[in-house]
This record gives sequence, C-alpha cells and structure tokens, in this order.
Amino acid sequence: MAEPILEVRNLVKHYPLTQGVLFKKQIGAVKAVDGISFELHKGETLGIVGESGCGKSTLAKVLMNLERATAGEVLFKGEDISKLSGAALKAVRRNIQMVFQDPYTSLNPRMTVGDIIGEPFEIHPEVAPKGDRRKAVQDLLDVVGLNPEYINRYPHQFSGGQRQRIGIARGLALKPEIIICDEPVSALDVSVQAQVINLLEQLQGEFDLSYMFIAHDLSIVRHISDRVGVMYLGKMVEIGSDEQIYEHATHPYTQALLSAVPVPDPTGREGRERIILSGDIPSPANPPSGCRFRTRCWKAEERCSTELPLLAVPSLEGPAAHESACHFAAEREVEQSAA
Amino acid sequence: MSSSMTTGVSSRKADPRGSGTGVEDAPLLQVRDLHVEFRTRDGVARAVNGVDYSVRAGETIAILGESGSGKSVTAQAVMGILDSPPGFVTGGEILFKGRDLLKLGQDERRKIRGSQLAMIFQDALSSLNPVHSVGYQLGEMFRVHRDASRKEAKARAVELMDRVRIPAAKERVNDYPHQFSGGMRQRIMIAMALALEPDLIIADEPTTALDVTVQAQVMELLAELQAEYNMGLILITHDLGVVADVADKIAVMYAGRIVETAPVHELYARPAHPYTRGLLDSIPRLDQKGQELYAIKGLPPNLLRIPKGCAFNPRCPRAQEICRQEVPKLFQVTEDDGTELAGRGSACFFWKETLHDA
Repeated sequence: MAEPILEVRNLVKHYPLTQGVLFKKQIGAVKAVDGISFELHKGETLGIVGESGCGKSTLAKVLMNLERATAGEVLFKGEDISKLSGAALKAVRRNIQMVFQDPYTSLNPRMTVGDIIGEPFEIHPEVAPKGDRRKAVQDLLDVVGLNPEYINRYPHQFSGGQRQRIGIARGLALKPEIIICDEPVSALDVSVQAQVINLLEQLQGEFDLSYMFIAHDLSIVRHISDRVGVMYLGKMVEIGSDEQIYEHATHPYTQALLSAVPVPDPTGREGRERIILSGDIPSPANPPSGCRFRTRCWKAEERCSTELPLLAVPSLEGPAAHESACHFAAEREVEQSAA
Repeated sequence: MSSSMTTGVSSRKADPRGSGTGVEDAPLLQVRDLHVEFRTRDGVARAVNGVDYSVRAGETIAILGESGSGKSVTAQAVMGILDSPPGFVTGGEILFKGRDLLKLGQDERRKIRGSQLAMIFQDALSSLNPVHSVGYQLGEMFRVHRDASRKEAKARAVELMDRVRIPAAKERVNDYPHQFSGGMRQRIMIAMALALEPDLIIADEPTTALDVTVQAQVMELLAELQAEYNMGLILITHDLGVVADVADKIAVMYAGRIVETAPVHELYARPAHPYTRGLLDSIPRLDQKGQELYAIKGLPPNLLRIPKGCAFNPRCPRAQEICRQEVPKLFQVTEDDGTELAGRGSACFFWKETLHDA
C-alpha cells in the first residue's frame, strides 16, 4: 500500500456551550468529532459515511483547518498541520482543497466563472503567473468538461451539474494532492450524478489525487471508494476496504445502515430482512456513556454502558478481521444495497 | 394526445368493465390528459403536458422523475394547491370518486381537502407552523372539519401522535415543531394527513430530508397505516430505491409527460423506455466497480424550451429522425407474439427494441 499522505490521530473538535453574557462559563460541549484516527494513502479514495450529525462535515472542516482542532494531530506528509498558522498554513492549504455540497450557494453569484476559478491564483500566485491565468482557467474548464468560452459567464447561467463542475475546477486550480469532497453529488439530479462521479474518477487518475469522499449515499460511496469509514456521533465505528465494510460489516450500526438503504430492485422485497433502528441519533452535547450506539443497539448489554469500545481489529477470521469499535463485533448477513 | 391510450392501459389492468365512473371498484382517482402551465415573465413553462394515471383504494403508485419533470406540479393540481398565478391548469380532468375536482368551487374543494384527500410534504419543518404547538395544529383538523371542541381536539391529537408512534405523546402534545427531531416531525405530518382518515394520500418526497435509518422507519410506518386504512397512496419521489420497496406500479415522468408506466417488478426487470433504462443503468452496481458509471448525457430540458418531438431525444442513444419530429404517444407494450402486457405503456417509438435490450 502506498505511504500515507494524511494521518489523523485522535482528532477532537468540541464546540463549547456557554452560559451567561458577561461572565461566560462553559457548561458543556458539543462533541462533534471525538477522538478519530485514520490514514489516507496516496492516490486512494477514502469514503466517509454516516447520518447527519455524526460529525463527518466537521471532520472535513478540521482537516481543511477551517476549524481549529480542540486536540489531536493532522499529519500531512508527516508534518502536523493542525496547529499551523500564517504563511505555513497558507502553504499547506494549497495541497488540500475542497469541493462543497451545494453548487448553488458555494459559488459567488457576483463573480464570473473565470474569477471564481482564478481566485485561488490570487492567493497563490506562484502556481500561475499573472499573464497565464486566463489560459490556466480555460484549461481547467476544459479539464472538467465545460466549454472554455464560458469563462465570462455567471454561475446562474449554469445548471446544477455544470456548477458542480465549476466547483471541482476551483478545487483543482492549485494542483492539490488531496481533495475533500463533502457530499459532492447529493444536490444533483440522478441522471447528472453519474456524470460528476465519472469526472471525479477520471481526474483522480489524471492528477494522482487522493480523495476523502464524504457522502450519505452508500451505493455511490461504494462505487468510488477504496476504503470506507463509518461514523456515528463523533466516533469512527468501523473502517475497512469497501468489501470488508459492505460484505463483512461487523459493527451493528454499519449493519443497520446498510440494511436500511432502499434497494433499487423490487425482486424479493417481501422477504427482505431489514433492521429498523428505533429512535434518533442522541445529541452530541450529551452522548450516551460507554458505546455511543448502545441506546439504539439490539446487542447492547451492561458492559456497553460502562466501557467504551475501541476501534480495533476483532479476533475474527477472513475479511471480517478489520477495525470495528464494538464489544460484540460479528458478521451478519446484510442485504446489499448495490449488489 | 396520449389520453385515450393511457386510460386504456390502466383500465385494462384491473377494471375490465371499462373506466365507467361511479361503478363500484372504479379507481379512486383518475387524472386524465392533465395540462398545467406556468406563465412567467420569460415565457410559458409547460410543466405538465397531458398526464394520465389512476389510483385505486389500497394501491400505491409511484411517480418517478427528476426535478422539473412535473411530478410535484401534478400533485399540486390534484390537491388544488397550485400557486395560481403563475400556475394554471389548462386542460384535462381530475376525477376523484367520479367527480371532476376541476369543476368544483373553492369551498367544495376545501371540504374534500384534508378529509378525503391529504398530502404529506417533503420538508416537515417548513410545513409546520412554528408558533403553534403540534397538538394545536393536529387538533385544527378536527376543529375545522369536525366541529370538535378544543378539549376534544387535543385528545384526538394525542391519539394520533400515539398512532404514528411518537413516544410520550401526552407530554409532548404541547411541544412546538422545533422541539422534535426530523423523523418525529415527519411523523407529525403523517399524523396530520391521516387525521380524518382520507381515502387518498399524496406523499411528495416524504423521506428525502431524512437520514436512511429514519427513512426506513417512516416508510414502514406509512406502508402499515396505508394497509390498515386501505388508502390509495401516490408516492412522488426521485429515489429508485424507495420506489422499488413500496410501489405497486410506477409512472416515470420526463419534461411534463409520463414516458413509461409499468408494474414495479417489470419496470426494473425490463424497462421499455430509454430514459428509464438510463436511470436504472446509472445506479452504481457491484460488478461495475472501478469502471465508469453509465451516465445519461446532457441535461434535463428547460421547460420554457422543450425540444421538438420527443422531449428526451437530445439525450437519447436511440434517437432517430422521427423522434425529432413527432411526439410519441404512450404505446401499449406487448410481447413479441403480440400479447399485451397489462398496465405497461411506453412513450417511445422504439419501445420494442428497448424492451429487447433489457
């Protein structure tokens, strides 16, 4: 396996909850990301799945240094970037770029496409000298499959899928090594999603990019990812290769998540066994003690409320032996979403 | 137009006596050749161009389509909640229990709305009134339609919240919408739609805003209640997975027309329209891992400028000259030997070839 380009160690992001106006005192914290560790390798795609409120977008923001980590380390090629500031941070950011979910709000409506895609060059003039910028932007438009003549148009003149291409071109502008995609296709129509996914895969091969692909659509994540991490309430509960997660999940939450996904095939729907979880995700300001999933878990026992299960490889055979944070990690026949 | 054809398809399926209205076992709702347009500053957007479908008691029909296909506008026209202006129903009939809703006055439609015909919206947070408690909003159904007293109405509201399995309904009846989670709010919407035990429910993307584990809970609840009350259900969605799970039959819409109708199993196994085919093919499948996904080229059309001929022709891999000239009607789909496939229609000149490829 290629060397890790990004290493995340025990990353924590807590948002303080305060009371009082003049004498603010902290009365608690929203534990959005609470001790996450993983590695991203060169040229690979790591998918991150989880429901809303599980901390996957906060994780992206912390990796981008848009939010400061409360604790933990983010190592980019061995160097901790989570505490950098000023010129050093600026230099690192060139290498980690982001594609956002909503192509309608993440492009400034008053800027032309040329200005939007060219703006990164203002901040990092070393990438494209002033005279070459227009040409560089046109090349980028061409790379993402848009007509280079559209350089003077405004975002509202494009459809959702085309706007997402503009967002991708902006992410590519500085020739980064890592692109973090936060739900890049969930705002798009079904028939357009596939186009954007194909573009992302093609660009990955062309520029040797590493992706962190955050999404809630499990079948798309499976298609694009080499490895998949499952998050629940600020914790990584299971991580492994796409086959290990989708075919041999050992964490009850992953199993429930996979079985809840509607299968786009009516054959055998009457006999399909489905785990229906009760209740909603608890509040990250007041997570359950011990295992955070225990309040919705059918396997929960006394031990789960007192002892936090660590992300570790359980003593199981074959592909089931991958990291899973459950005291009772075991395989179960799970109906496949994309099989 | 395709009207006579479609009606033929749907009535052949389950109503051999013909589509006579008022007959017992006649469809609950029949939409016939419905046309809706939006008169905007930029021109007339033809959102719905001759849509036909029917729903029976206890039956679930899914209307599948992307944004701008006219699936929600059709539902709004049925409910009588189309924003008018700019939206206008310019033709067709909406027969509900044999009566044409479009010919009724506002007062009569209001009486039907809620008590016999109800709707569940996508976004529960913006559909509920933030300044009234959920108990008040649920009780409103009984106060307005059934002349219940406030006390009575509140008691019924608690019952309803129990029905849709909201825990501790009695304590929570005075809570406000923001105090509930997304899944719970959608349950309240369902409770509200069910309040007066309507004959037909229209659910417009009822689970799109929810997480998958919660989506599964809500869909299960909806299916259970539908069976219990023997209601007709029109499920409007873009999610091929949800449709496969719950629908009996499917109508696929594109640019304001129904391009394919079929019973659910047949649609997935053997689509007869290139658009349906393309949608199914663009779902990532296991054996395609690492390969390029099939993608329908191009973009859905602008409703102000729907392409001439078949609206799908600029994106269609099968398009011929005839597709650019003529609008295809909804053809009855048959086997090679000419046996008619019940309930199947395709608005494609080359449905036979498409069916064969599947």
